[in-house]
Amino acid sequence: MIALDTIDRQILRALCTDATQSATAIGRALGLSQPAAWRRIRRLHEAGVIKGQRLDLDHDKLGFGVTVFLGVKLATKGRVSLEDFERAVTAIPEVQTVEHILGLYDYRLRVVARDISDFERVLRRRIMTLPGVGNVEANVLLSEERRPGPIG
Amino acid sequence: MLDDIDRRLLRHYQHAPDLGPAELALRAGLAPATCARRLERLRAAGIIRANRAVIDWRALGYAVEVSLRIALDKTQPRAFDEFLSAARLVPEVLEIQTFLGRVDLRLSVIARDMAHYQDLYRSAILTLPHIADIEALMHVARIKSDEALPL
Repeated sequence: MIALDTIDRQILRALCTDATQSATAIGRALGLSQPAAWRRIRRLHEAGVIKGQRLDLDHDKLGFGVTVFLGVKLATKGRVSLEDFERAVTAIPEVQTVEHILGLYDYRLRVVARDISDFERVLRRRIMTLPGVGNVEANVLLSEERRPGPIG
Repeated sequence: MLDDIDRRLLRHYQHAPDLGPAELALRAGLAPATCARRLERLRAAGIIRANRAVIDWRALGYAVEVSLRIALDKTQPRAFDEFLSAARLVPEVLEIQTFLGRVDLRLSVIARDMAHYQDLYRSAILTLPHIADIEALMHVARIKSDEALPL
């Protein structure tokens, strides 16, 4: 685990807004020389603090009007292995994220669809036919905010 | 509107957002100038909103991630607004989602360890306004997280 100072945190915030910025641009914004900014950015990558990049796309404009979170409980634990379920669910293109959780449900899935009837198709043909799937709870996403986290 | 080339470009870009412009053009089978022009048009149209760095909070010492499912007291007309503005002030809250369904809201919260989580839960979460019911789900593992759209 690495310790961050104020400048590191400012760099992280800048890269979470736009990861395509050059070290020169970031350095200029924060009053650092290009080599100093570059060294700090490299250190954040090497320490694994920045694990990758994500393209932030406007789902509505691309025709994906519906996002649904599904809580899935496995019905036949033991008979169907978790690996089988995970392999099958990961292969569904409409499933954006799969999280293994503890509590009321075993997995949380984030599913995108063009509209509600498209979602019904995904649910019936792809989700309900997964190996071992039991109880499924659906919550339709109305709004979503991603916060910067404790680097302010 | 988007054509097949835009969709192909976005497909490659969203699966490898860290590619430089030259590499991306090569993979999408476009001339660098064409690729740059199309990306610029997708940005201008607001289809590409941003290309963001993703933080691994574990590398910063946040080992615990909890999903809190919350039902609000809907007899209070301003319950949603007041809850949301208070939740935004908690730095450990990474995501706030509102739903139509059995749950009204979900907060994704990170903590250094269970002791830190317990402290946060008592001092910063349970004190949020208008909570009628709250349920915690502990995060075990992320199996798929690329968030790619099936374009």
